[in-house]
Amino acid sequence: MLTFQDVAKTYADGTRALAGITLSVAPGEIVALIGGSGCGKTTVLRLAAGLDRPSAGVIRLDGETIAEPHPGIGLVFQEARLLPWLTVAENVGFGLHHRPAAERRARVARALASVNLAEQAGRWPRDLSGGQQQRVAIARAFVADPRVLLLDEPFSALDAVTRADLHRHLLALWAQARPTILLVTHDVAEAVALADRAIVMRPRPGRIDAALTITPTRPSDPEAGLAARSALRARLEASLRAAP
Amino acid sequence: MALLGLNETARPAVESPSPSGARRGSGPGRIRRLVLGLLLPLVLALGWEWAVRAGLASGRLLPPPGRILAALAGLAASGDLWVHVQATLLRVAAGFALGASLGIGAGALTGILPLARHLLDPGLQALRAVPSLAWVPLFILWLGILETPKVVLIAVGVFFPVYVGVSGAIASVDRKLVEVGRIFRLSKPALARRILLPAILPATLVALRTGLGLGFLFVVAAELMGASEGLGYLLVEGQQFGKPDQILAAIIAFALLGKAADTLLVVLTQPLLRWQDVARDVL
Repeated sequence: MLTFQDVAKTYADGTRALAGITLSVAPGEIVALIGGSGCGKTTVLRLAAGLDRPSAGVIRLDGETIAEPHPGIGLVFQEARLLPWLTVAENVGFGLHHRPAAERRARVARALASVNLAEQAGRWPRDLSGGQQQRVAIARAFVADPRVLLLDEPFSALDAVTRADLHRHLLALWAQARPTILLVTHDVAEAVALADRAIVMRPRPGRIDAALTITPTRPSDPEAGLAARSALRARLEASLRAAP
Repeated sequence: MALLGLNETARPAVESPSPSGARRGSGPGRIRRLVLGLLLPLVLALGWEWAVRAGLASGRLLPPPGRILAALAGLAASGDLWVHVQATLLRVAAGFALGASLGIGAGALTGILPLARHLLDPGLQALRAVPSLAWVPLFILWLGILETPKVVLIAVGVFFPVYVGVSGAIASVDRKLVEVGRIFRLSKPALARRILLPAILPATLVALRTGLGLGFLFVVAAELMGASEGLGYLLVEGQQFGKPDQILAAIIAFALLGKAADTLLVVLTQPLLRWQDVARDVL
């Protein structure tokens, strides 16, 4: 269970990025954080990743306080952030430095095959398209089997077709291993397509405004539950419009 | 292991990898660049040779290429050229090794540790502004006139560009890449080895090239300190005995040695930078 208990974040310049964030994400749940620019979505993710510390409140994973990066938590950034001096395979295996070489090689090979990039293993990141780079970044996050995966708008730079494919396969992954996923997005359709629950955030300071349950429509046949899905999208869009 | 089961095929229209192979310099391209680089000096040299032979200029103070080459060949035939080249190269190599090592160390220290930066950088920046020749009398006084002061002077010349390059490169490492290391919980030494070091490598190699160039610049000043051999000594001797062909022969030897040393450094370090995505290859 990933929990935020009355979490606030105020930066050194006095900017209040977050206030009073209280949230629980159950094991295996997919929660979308949705809201306009500057409402603190990425800050929530950075705090959960242990990259920043909250000014107040506490974040816990299964009771353990998160104050720094945690082995059970993976993060996919908005940009791929591949290390340009490592090959694709080396990038995927970057976080496996503590594992035996044979296991590392096997895991990397499986991960690359899973994102359909096995043939690119020896290439440099510069030789990949943006979409391919993001797939490498996703493989890099998943290869270490995180209990919680934080996704910071990882699909926002991809074309619609690639994005839809990645959505489908992300749900397939969720069905297999059931990692907890906290997804930041500004795309209502993406939140409805992927999440069990959508948390709508408001800015100045960033805070939770509303929560909508989406589960009945997911995971399902894309054609099924279309009306319910549309209704959810309308509700989410209304919530976002209501947010100042 | 939890993995994405992605099975879609590549879509060239939206996900076409960049054609890295096309960016690499081809053999004919390299030859063309070499010819272009030699064209202007060759035209000027041949023009001057023709002007002197045709009696349009005396060539007394600026000898034509034929006389310079003859002087160079004479020095080579007598074995003197190799003695002078060897002396200069050894001094530059020793000074470069010393200056580059200290420059990398000090640059890394001030780049990584704020306390070291606040403590050392202002003083080093002030010393950087001191002209090279200003050190000569002091080094002679402190270290005598043998090899030590020469090597130290060259090291001073190499140190500053390397120090500034490394320190600046560390300061400008992309925070986002460092965060990748943090997310994977790298220890500080591992972060330095796996993120910082490769990230600063391109700028460090540029700084080393600049330092090497300055090493050749400073060796002349160093060889003014009572040297009896070295290309700098040939320059001084040529001036004292009114032999401009010898001066120009030494200058050409300097140019060739400097270019060869720079090329060697580039060739040796190029494999370390294969991953770079730079505009140079397409310009």
